[in-house]
Amino acid sequence: MSAPAPATPSVGTGARVLEFTDVARQFPDGTVALEGVDLTIDRGEFVTVVGPSGCGKSTLLRIASGLDAASAGTARVEAQRIGYVFQDATLLPWRSVRKNVELLAELHGMSKTATHQAALDAIELVGLRGHEKKLPRALSGGMKMRASLARSLTLDPDLFLFDEPFGALDEITRERLNDELIRLFVAKGFGALFITHSVSEAVYMSTRVLVMSGRPGRVVDSFEVPFGTDRTPELRFTPEFAKLAGEVSHALREGHS
Amino acid sequence: MTATLPGQTTPSEETAVTSTLESPTAEAVATGTAPAPVVRRRRGRRAVGLVLPVTVFAALIGVWYAITYLVLDPGRRFLMPAPHTLITDALLDPTITDKVWPALGRSIVVTFAGLAIAIVIGMLWAIAMSQSKAVESSLYPYAVALQCIPILALVPLIGFWFGFGFPSRVIVCVMIALFPIVSNTLFGIQSVDRGHHELFTLHRAGRFTRLLKLQLPAALPAIFAGFRISAGLSVVGAIVGDLFFKQGEPGLGILLSNFSSRLQGAPLFFTIVVTAALGFAVFFLFGWLSKLVVGSWYDQSRDR
Repeated sequence: MSAPAPATPSVGTGARVLEFTDVARQFPDGTVALEGVDLTIDRGEFVTVVGPSGCGKSTLLRIASGLDAASAGTARVEAQRIGYVFQDATLLPWRSVRKNVELLAELHGMSKTATHQAALDAIELVGLRGHEKKLPRALSGGMKMRASLARSLTLDPDLFLFDEPFGALDEITRERLNDELIRLFVAKGFGALFITHSVSEAVYMSTRVLVMSGRPGRVVDSFEVPFGTDRTPELRFTPEFAKLAGEVSHALREGHS
Repeated sequence: MTATLPGQTTPSEETAVTSTLESPTAEAVATGTAPAPVVRRRRGRRAVGLVLPVTVFAALIGVWYAITYLVLDPGRRFLMPAPHTLITDALLDPTITDKVWPALGRSIVVTFAGLAIAIVIGMLWAIAMSQSKAVESSLYPYAVALQCIPILALVPLIGFWFGFGFPSRVIVCVMIALFPIVSNTLFGIQSVDRGHHELFTLHRAGRFTRLLKLQLPAALPAIFAGFRISAGLSVVGAIVGDLFFKQGEPGLGILLSNFSSRLQGAPLFFTIVVTAALGFAVFFLFGWLSKLVVGSWYDQSRDR
């Protein structure tokens, strides 16, 4: 967030939420994590970034969220509210599911009643009804991620950042959460920047797939995903899906070598 | 491909051969013999869990009796009076218990006053250090000094400055009990998960919010571990202060000193047992409190 957000942002479907121009990030030790990254995301766009480990995917997210700053170029974040779902659910172990979901609303100074309501709605949305009083240790990995997702949803973000959120989950849970996230995306119409190392997940989830290469991290290829928003698991077994996944995979290998 | 194929097949062939060879024994182990030893071992463990402590305790009492009646001359048995005389000559003797129970009460007051002050000062000290590296590097050496300087060396000075009454006893307690609270609270606050910190940074949580909603709750298990150590030390502080100052209303320390100088073996041993019981009670009180506060969410197994 090197540039301040404009005073009167136009937030509606299609509004620009993120604009990176020639963004680079060099760490103090000299490592170039990102170089020449151009990226725009509008509301209603689901952009997925695939790339090998250590290619700067997470740095991209950290810059978008303001946790890190670009060392060159402009990273303009026009979203008013940002949701960030970490690799780890990062739930506070001493808080119940409901209290965890309420945390961000609390931090943003929302009123008690608004906080309660937002948390209830979000818990309903991610399908955690009936688990509100449980502590995180009593939840499965998938349920923890749902709680983490619900926590961000309470803020009704324009821009959602996902840092390999389902990487640690088993395949069935992961695919189910993929579908639920698509459903949320369709319902809410936020802009999303989703990091993953799974090509299949990338193609399945997004409206656009970016392929990154490592050291220095740069975007080497971009694919528009032609499938509509009504995606079902069967999509993964269609020839069109396989073809696109193949192309993304190929680009990934090209960039990697 | 041709090079890797033989390498890949040999291990699977090997496992196939060994599995067919061992399958009858493996089955037998799985169905017949295996569960029995497991159950036996578990029951055995439970029995050992009870039998062994009782045996050890009985053995210690036995050794005690042996020393009293076999080693010591009748005239020197006050050095180690037989266990039952603690009851007959102390617990059931009103002239003794009229001294011990009020002394116990006074020592309890000193212990808890010292502990409470140590908790307040220690936590504030640690919180101040957690908020800035500069504060930490200016204040931590004194916490360490508190731990390294033998407090006993300072006890005369404390009496010299603050008199030999209640306040001095409490100050000794505080000085002895302070360090574990400071170091554990600081350690707890500094071990907060980085991801949690980033979550709070991302949502622009202020210093105070971060402390209240993240750092202190996350540090609670460590803080309670500190309380537990300090609780025991606080009892030591109460006794030491009392033992040294020897003035004013007697606590357990003065009684210990009096009984020993009058060679009253049974009352002395009885008072020692009472003092030990106080230490245990305070330690377990904080163990119980810790379980109550953080037991539901804190995974103790990480600690063991």
